[in-house]
Parts: sequence; C-alpha cells; structure tokens
Amino acid sequence: MNEPIITMHNVSFSYQNKPILDGINFELPKGKFMGLVGPNGGGKTTLVKLILGLLKPDEGNVTLFGIPLEKFQERNKIGFVSQKANSFNTGFPATVFEVVSTGLTAKLGYFTFFNKQDKQNILRALELVDMSGFANENIGKLSGGQQQRVFIARALVSEPELLILDEPTVGVDQENVKRFYELLHKLNEEQEITILLVTHDTEIMTEYATDVVCLNKTLHFHGNSEEYCSLSDKDLSLFYGHPVTTIVHHS
Amino acid sequence: MLADFLNYEFLRYTFITGLLIGIIAPLLGTFIVVRRLSLIADALSHVTLAGIAFGLMIEKLLLITFPPLYSGMAFSVIGSIFIEKLRTVYKTYQELAIPIILSAGVGLSVIFISLANGFNTDLFGYLFGSVSAVSQSDFLLIFIIFIIVVLIVTFFYKELLTLSFDEEHATISGIHTKHIHLLFIVLTALVIAASMRIVGVLLVSALMTLPVAAAMRIAKGFKQMLFLSILFGEISVIIGIISGYYLSIPPGGTIVMIAVTILLLTIGVKRSRKSQQEMREA
Repeated sequence: MNEPIITMHNVSFSYQNKPILDGINFELPKGKFMGLVGPNGGGKTTLVKLILGLLKPDEGNVTLFGIPLEKFQERNKIGFVSQKANSFNTGFPATVFEVVSTGLTAKLGYFTFFNKQDKQNILRALELVDMSGFANENIGKLSGGQQQRVFIARALVSEPELLILDEPTVGVDQENVKRFYELLHKLNEEQEITILLVTHDTEIMTEYATDVVCLNKTLHFHGNSEEYCSLSDKDLSLFYGHPVTTIVHHS
Repeated sequence: MLADFLNYEFLRYTFITGLLIGIIAPLLGTFIVVRRLSLIADALSHVTLAGIAFGLMIEKLLLITFPPLYSGMAFSVIGSIFIEKLRTVYKTYQELAIPIILSAGVGLSVIFISLANGFNTDLFGYLFGSVSAVSQSDFLLIFIIFIIVVLIVTFFYKELLTLSFDEEHATISGIHTKHIHLLFIVLTALVIAASMRIVGVLLVSALMTLPVAAAMRIAKGFKQMLFLSILFGEISVIIGIISGYYLSIPPGGTIVMIAVTILLLTIGVKRSRKSQQEMREA
C-alpha cells in the first residue's frame, strides 16, 4: 500500500456542544482519487477544515504527509479549491493570470518577486486546465465553469501533491461538470496528484474516483467505487439517516 | 500659471507634497476599496483630527511650538490598531468598529478644541486642506511616509493582492494574514496623516477611494487598476491644487471635485462604449 497522505485517528469535533464528527478514522493513500459524500450537515466541510488546519479537533489527531498537523509547515504541498461562490467576489478587478499568481505567493515567501520561471509556471498551470487563452481576461467576465478551472490552476501552480476540493461543481452547468471530472481524472493519472473531493454528484463522481467515503457524523462507508455502487438503496438510507433512492441518468 | 508654484518656497512644498500623496493615497486606496474597507479610511481620518486638535491644544495651552501633524499621525496609528482589536471583539459585526472609532475621534476632537478655547484658522486648514500649510517639517515627515509606503507596498504586493482577493485561501496557503492586515491598516493610518495637510480630514478618504472607483470602471486587471488610480489621483491633485490656489478655495474641495468629474467621465465613457457596441450588434 502506498504511503498515507492524510491520516485521521479517532478524530472528534463538536460545535457549540453539538457533535459534528465522532471518532473518525481514515486514511487517504498516495495516488488515490477519493470522493467524500454524505448528507448536508454530515460534517464534510468540517472534516476538510480540520485537514486544512482551519479548525482544531477536540479529540484525536490528524497527520499530513506523515507529519502531525500542528507541526506541518509545507502548506504548498496542498492545493485547495472551495465552493467558488463562497470566497470569491466576482467584481474583483483581476486578470486570470493575476488570480493564478496568488497561488504562488506563499510558496515563494516574503520579500520575493515573480521571476520568468514563475510566470511560465502560471501559464503552464493555465494550460493544464485548458484556459491558456484567457490569461489576460478579467476573472469576473468568465462563466462559472471557466472560473472554477482558473481556481484549479491557482491550486495547481504551487505544484501540490494533494488537491482538496470542497463541492467545486456547485453552480457549474452539467456539460462542464463532466469536463471538470475529466480534468481531475487527468491530474490524478498523469500528474499523480492525490485528490480528496467533497461532492454531491455521487453518480458522476463514482465513474472517476478510485475510492468513496460516506460521512454522516461518523464514517459509514469506506471502500472503492465499485463497492459503493453495489450498495443497495437500503444501505444508503442507513448512511444518510433518511430514505434514499438512486436515480440513474441516461444521457 | 505654474510660476507662483516655482517661485514661492511654501507653494513648492505644497505642490511636491500633493504629488506624493497623489501616488500613495490611491495606491493604498486600491487595496482598501477591493477589500470593502472604504469606511475605515473615514474613521481613521476623524481619529487623526483628534490628534491634530490635541496638538493644537498643547501648542496653545503650553505656549510651545508643536507640529500637530505628528500627534495626528500618532493618533491615527493608535486608532488603526484599535480598529483591528475591535474587529476581533465583534467578529460577526466587524463593521461596528468603524462607527465606534469614528465617534470616539469626533468626541475627542470636540473636547480638545474646547479646551483650547475654540476654533482657529489652523483648524479650518486641517478640515478642508490648505495650499499654504505645508511647512518644511511637515514635508519631511510626509516624504518619509511616502518612502515607507512605497517600499512596503512594493515588497508585500503579492501578499496584499493574495489577501485581498481571497482571505481564506491566503490563510490556508500559510500566509500570516493577521500580520499583513495589521501592517496594511497601519500604512493606511500613515497615508491619512500624510494627506491631511493638502486635502483635509473630511476629504482624505475621497482621495483614497474616488480615483479607484473611476479606475475600477475601465481596468481589466488589478495592476492596471492600480496605475490608473494613481494617474487619476495625480490629475486631481495637480489641477485641484493649482485651481484652489488661484480661486482661493481650500484645495480639498477642488481636488475632490476634479476626482468626482473623472469618475463621472469614466462612467459616461463606459456607457457610451457599451451602447455603441449594442448598436453595432443590433
């Protein structure tokens, strides 16, 4: 088995005395593409925030690249893409190039300037997400799907080994969602980037992800995509805490 | 027309000071506007007024010469640190910090002015700006502030842009967002103190926001917006100071009205371009 990139050992977290996560144990090995699913309020985003160090667990510990989270310094090994709508002001007057360049800021460190190589890396990241023709466009003028690809480029430009995405396809139209998953698949296969994807598009995700984790306060399922797809509606209803019917889309 | 500005030393100081603040006010203003902190500049300018009133009071009561700009700057910087503290106290109502600091500033100003037995012409100059107010010691202080601001913004440009665009992302990627933010707020306080002499307490925030508002209408990217803001700021200051001098109007008023005119022009240009485009498409 490959070395684990993320390890969570017996992690619990509560917010205002309400338990959100309870005794979570899981491991994300290098090279995997893991889909994290579960009902709203099931603690998916909280789990991501714990991994990113934005929240501290009440109990248990988190390890990144074999280093305890409290001591983990190499933040540039992690690329993060959030729900676009949450953290982005569409009126912000920046070009696509400028937005992607902000992904290099922390890696380069204080008192440094972008050099030629950095500029090439920015263009290469845009190429990777198929957006190289848009470098000088205003970010606010792009469609939702295009903006999301730019944010992936921002996460990729620091050459991360782990990519964490929190519901990145919210507000992206159906056709572009498929393109988006193909891009993630390519990054996982060709660039060997380990991926953790929080999502509600269970059906399309299972086509591309190697592993699936189902979270509702505790971990209800942890296995590969085929095993997840073979689960019955009854099993899923148990995980979600309410009746679930699988809808198969035929396109 | 420029002859007087070349011949009289005091006008020369005013003019050069104007050129300096025409650069640094829109420079910081760009970050202030995109971070939606425009009102912080207003709050800080009122705290600066309290500092200046304090300086004038000391001068009058103790009969010593004391440059009020220095106490204004000190109050402004202390006020900026208070705003940051208050913003962490009222986490969910961060904008509350602004009216609290603003009213405290005005309250203190009133007290200091009364203790100094009321208004005088000096104070009028601080409120609306003055073409004849920049002394050599003021000029020296403003020049030092200019150098500090330009150097820090140059060296921290990428951090400031990253923080302004997406604070959460900046924190996750390991940038010390709190420190950078504090540094930025203190710089804002310094720029406000420096601009005070020319545009006055009440109009300082206008010089930080109006050129940016105009540039925002037409700029494609952030750097372009920065340079356009500075260009608009410089035009406003140059025309404003000269016309203010010849018309005997405090330059704060003329500078701000030039900036408003530029803003209206950019809105007009964008509108007409848009309608032309629509006509062509139709």
